[in-house]
Amino acid sequence: MKGKGKAKAGPAVVVVRIPGPLRDLVGGAAEVDAAGKTVRAVLDDVVERHPGLRRHLRTESGALREHVNVYVNGDDVRFLRGEKTPVSDGDEVILVPSIAGG
Amino acid sequence: MTGVPSDFTPAESLRYARHLVLPEIGPAGQAKLKAARVLVVGAGGLGSPVSLYLAAAGVGTLGLVDFDDVDASNLQRQVLYGESDLGRPKLEAARERLRDLNPHIDLVLHHARLTSGNALDIIGGYDIVVDGTDNFPTRYLVNDACVLLGKRNVYGSILKFEGQVSVFGGGDDAPCYRCLFRQPPPPGLVPSCAEGGVLGVLPGIIGTLQALETIKLITGVGTTLIGRLLLFDGMALKFREMKLRRNPECPVCGDDPTVTGLIDYEEFCGLKAEAGVDGEATDEIGAGELKGRLDAGDPIELVDVREPFEWGMANLEEYGARLIPMNQIPDRLEELDPAREIVLICRSGSRSMQVTRYLRSRGYERARNLRGGVLAWGEEVDPSFPRY
Repeated sequence: MKGKGKAKAGPAVVVVRIPGPLRDLVGGAAEVDAAGKTVRAVLDDVVERHPGLRRHLRTESGALREHVNVYVNGDDVRFLRGEKTPVSDGDEVILVPSIAGG
Repeated sequence: MTGVPSDFTPAESLRYARHLVLPEIGPAGQAKLKAARVLVVGAGGLGSPVSLYLAAAGVGTLGLVDFDDVDASNLQRQVLYGESDLGRPKLEAARERLRDLNPHIDLVLHHARLTSGNALDIIGGYDIVVDGTDNFPTRYLVNDACVLLGKRNVYGSILKFEGQVSVFGGGDDAPCYRCLFRQPPPPGLVPSCAEGGVLGVLPGIIGTLQALETIKLITGVGTTLIGRLLLFDGMALKFREMKLRRNPECPVCGDDPTVTGLIDYEEFCGLKAEAGVDGEATDEIGAGELKGRLDAGDPIELVDVREPFEWGMANLEEYGARLIPMNQIPDRLEELDPAREIVLICRSGSRSMQVTRYLRSRGYERARNLRGGVLAWGEEVDPSFPRY
C-alpha cells in the first residue's frame, strides 16, 4: 500500500562497498545493497547473505574486528556511535580492512 | 627564472629549473628540499617510486632501509631495479640507480631490518619517514617510533588493485596509524602482496602520492593528507576520502599513552609461536627437522593451505602433501584425523600458523606449523624450491 506523504517506516536501504580482498566472498561484487536501521543491522544483513564475510568482519565473540574500519558517508563509526550508528536511505557504508602490502 | 638559491651550483639550477619556475616552490622551496632529510623504509614496490621521485626532486639527504636482495618476482613492480641487479642487495642496486639519477644528493643506506632495537636511532636522524614496508609488525614499529620521536610518517599500503595513503603523527594533533587501525589483523587473515597479489602499476600510483605528500610537507605548500585517509580503487578508478581523527584513547598518541617505548611487534601482531615449558616452540616445526623426520619415515600428514596457483608453482607432493586452501579448512575438517600428527604449510608460515591455531582449538592437539613456510624449506632443505 502506498502511503501518501508518509515517512517510510521500514529499514533503510544502503550501499555497502566491499574492499577488493573480500570481494570473492560476495560473488565478486564491488558493492552490495543491504537493509537496516543501524550499522549493526546492515552488517548482519550482509553477513546473513554472504556468510563467508563473517570471520573477516567479526571475532568469534561477535565483536567487530579491530583491523576493519566501517565508514558511513566517510565517517568512522568508532568515532560516532559504533555499530549503533543509525543509517538512512542512500547512505554509503564502506568497509576498510587494514592492508600492509608495499 | 625567479632566481636560484645562493648555494646551488649552475648544474643544480639547471636540473631543478622546472621547480624554480613554480612560484609555490621556487628557490626557497628548492632550498628546503635540499636541506630535508627523508627516510624511506622498504626499497620495494612503494619504495621504488618514492626514492626515485624524491631523489629526482632534490631531497638533500635520502635514507633507505632494506635488507633484501633483488629477486626476479620484484621486477614486475619495483622499477628501481633491472635484470642485471638480480641477486644483488637492493640497496647496492638502488645506490647506483639513484646516484645516476641525481648525483647532487646524499644517499644514506641502512642495510638492516628495522627493529625495535635500531628504529629510534635510525629514524632519529631524519625529518620525515615514508612507510613503504610490506608487513604489519614493521608498520606498527614505524608508526610508534615516529610518534615517540615526533616525526611525520607518510603512509601508503597496497594489495591487489587497491591502495591507501595518509600522513600520520608528528604533532599538530595529527592522528597516527594506531588511530586508524587500532589492532593488526589476526595472522593469516589479510594476505600479503606475495600471497594475494598486486597489480604492478599500483605501487607506482600509491608511491608517487607518498612522494607528493613528502614534498608538500617539506616545502609547506598545499594541503596534506593529515587527518584524511585516501582510498584508491584501481578497478573502478575511484579515489575516496575518509575522515581520520586522533583517538584520545590511542595507546601511543592518545591523551594518556600506555606505549611509551618500542615493544615486540611480532608478538603484538600474534606472530610469536607458543612456547613450551622448555622454551621450545611446541606448535611449530622447522624445515630441517621436518625433512629429517619425513626421511625417517615418520607418519606425518602434510597439509598445504596455500592457493591452488601457489601449489602449482611448487609443492611437497613427493612427501605426501595435499592441498586444502585455508578458506576451505573449516568445511573440510572431516578429511583431517585429529589423532594424527599434521604439519600445516603455506608460503611464509603466517597463514598456516592461523590454521594451526584453528585446528588446535578444535582438538587437533598434534597440529603444527611449518615455521617459515616453503620459503624456509627452500632456504634450509631444497635450494631449488622456487622463491616467490
